[in-house]
Amino acid sequence: MWAMIVKEFRQLRRDRRTLAMMIVMPVVLLIVFGYAASFDVTTIPAVAVGPQASQAAHLLGQPFELVDVQPSQDRAWAEEQLRDGHAAVAVVTGNGQPEVLIDGSQLFTAKAAIASLSATAAKAAVSGGGQPGTAVAVPQVTVLYNPGLTTADIMIPGLAGVVLVFVGTIITSLGVVRERESGTLEQLAVMPLKPRDVFLGKIVPYFGVATLDLAIVVGVGVTLFGVPFRGSLAVFALGALLFLFVTLGIGILISSVSENQGQAIQLAFMVTLPQVLLSGLIFPLSSIAVGVRWISYLLPLTYFNEISRGVMLRAEPLTSLWQPFLFLALLGAVVFTLASLRFRAYLAPAAPRGGSGSPHRAPSPAGAASAPAHGSAG
Amino acid sequence: MTAPGASHGGGDWWGTEDVCVRFGSTPALDHVWFRAEPGQVSAVVGGDGAGRTTLLRCLAGALAPASGRVRRPAPLATGYLSAGSGTYPDLSVAENLAFRATAYRVPPETARQRSAELLARAGLDRVTGRLAGQLSGGMRQKLGVIAAMVHRPDLLVLDEPTTGVDPVSRADLWFLITRAAADGAAVVLATSYLDEAERAHHVLVLDAGSELASGTADQIVAAMRGTLTATATRPAGEAGRRAWRREGRWRVWDPDPAGGSARDGGAIRPDLQDAVTVAALARELARSGADGEPR
Repeated sequence: MWAMIVKEFRQLRRDRRTLAMMIVMPVVLLIVFGYAASFDVTTIPAVAVGPQASQAAHLLGQPFELVDVQPSQDRAWAEEQLRDGHAAVAVVTGNGQPEVLIDGSQLFTAKAAIASLSATAAKAAVSGGGQPGTAVAVPQVTVLYNPGLTTADIMIPGLAGVVLVFVGTIITSLGVVRERESGTLEQLAVMPLKPRDVFLGKIVPYFGVATLDLAIVVGVGVTLFGVPFRGSLAVFALGALLFLFVTLGIGILISSVSENQGQAIQLAFMVTLPQVLLSGLIFPLSSIAVGVRWISYLLPLTYFNEISRGVMLRAEPLTSLWQPFLFLALLGAVVFTLASLRFRAYLAPAAPRGGSGSPHRAPSPAGAASAPAHGSAG
Repeated sequence: MTAPGASHGGGDWWGTEDVCVRFGSTPALDHVWFRAEPGQVSAVVGGDGAGRTTLLRCLAGALAPASGRVRRPAPLATGYLSAGSGTYPDLSVAENLAFRATAYRVPPETARQRSAELLARAGLDRVTGRLAGQLSGGMRQKLGVIAAMVHRPDLLVLDEPTTGVDPVSRADLWFLITRAAADGAAVVLATSYLDEAERAHHVLVLDAGSELASGTADQIVAAMRGTLTATATRPAGEAGRRAWRREGRWRVWDPDPAGGSARDGGAIRPDLQDAVTVAALARELARSGADGEPR
């Protein structure tokens, strides 16, 4: 038994990545669940419109935070603010009973807003019962975009993103490393194929599968779960396309830095798990501690969530979604450049390739670049 | 033995000129000259870590040398079997060949004919639908070899095509290899079997990354210095360092052309295996500062 224990420890010590994961993973989970995993909504951004907009502050106590007060604007403007994600709650004042619009696509925020409003109303009814006119009129609450506050309605647009992460990152990450493991990578390297052809040839099938998966998730969501699809399919498709490029790029990048499929899977999970937990898919972004929230803004799923929920539930147009689109494009450019550079180095004969998987491959030749690698054609 | 520089010159040949490859501080190839002629089979032999695979990788274009020059045709006209069969275990025999043919831009009709012909020659025509991963070791090697030659390359580089292969499959493989040469390809193969190397037109013996001997098998044997005797027991003393066991008897090498052991009788005609062993022994002894002669 002792021999076995020693052998296992020796192997474990060599496998730096598993070791790192064993140490890093608990820390990551601790941070995520300690700071980030929270359904508690502490602030709810709100806007107020209409003649008595400035009095709306009285109507809304904690945890509402008035971000904009526009007495000259109307309900349509308020709805637009909600649609474009500038606020989660809007108070529309005018003649008679004020109306509170709540963005139902932000499920936990909406629930917190409703709870808080009913508490305020109950308090007003108790304290102001004997003095009519002094208390503010009880507002009428309208939940937009997800009136039933259905979980499926907000989960399925997010799930579409998770599916793309799984196919794009996890499945793709196995693609290149499989060539390395089966000893066919060297064959590919000497074949009359350009690195670009190999790169695209690797990506296109997964791209196709992911697109099909996406169509299935959205189709099932809409038909079976009755999730609305209110916005433009083209905007959604464009967002999905950009997002897929990022996830596929991450997959290829992972694959090209991994020695075997086990390592690739490990790394893919290390990239995927934070995305699922920190992207706003489960826990509202606003509930994530600021110290951790910046991580959320580095994760592509965060932006895709914004796009898919925005388009499907709130019919957000491209013009109001330019920020997530821009960030996805930036992430895509960075990841894709890195992935294709790494891939090129992986395939090019002249490039030094350090201590990699195939058994006959030795460490990188020092200064191998100077030689005329390609001889005359005779 | 070919002197460095002798492989210079024009003509239609592939090979290496003064090639050096280093892995870190370890030289993997040290000023290696090698020449593969079209229509001929050239064998690269040597022990483990001799640099055979490194030389073949340079020839195939999978590795760039640190210095020197590699003469090889364009990738489209090179066929390469890397160590291992280089085939996809989760693709069938036919699918593996189809992928290779397409990648090397063989027209579909030609690819079909050529694949059928090669599969029949290799005895794989009954298993075209089987996954490569489910083939026996020998069958998989044969598939690797025919996949490397499906596009009729000008230079066919095969890294240990026959290692771990049963005798029947070895015969099949040699048939394929000699046919490829007869069709005009320059075939370079690495092997650890000297009896196989004897069948090649040209042999390069590598030792620790540098040339130990090269030429035809006969030339290498003829170039052997000293004499060789066979005895029943290992000689005592210093001569014991120059002895090795082969086929149940002891071979003793005497570096002196008219050495004492030869006079005593029992002198034998060396073959390639003897000549290569002697060359390695001579180098070893020269290094250790003992009796051998530096080359």
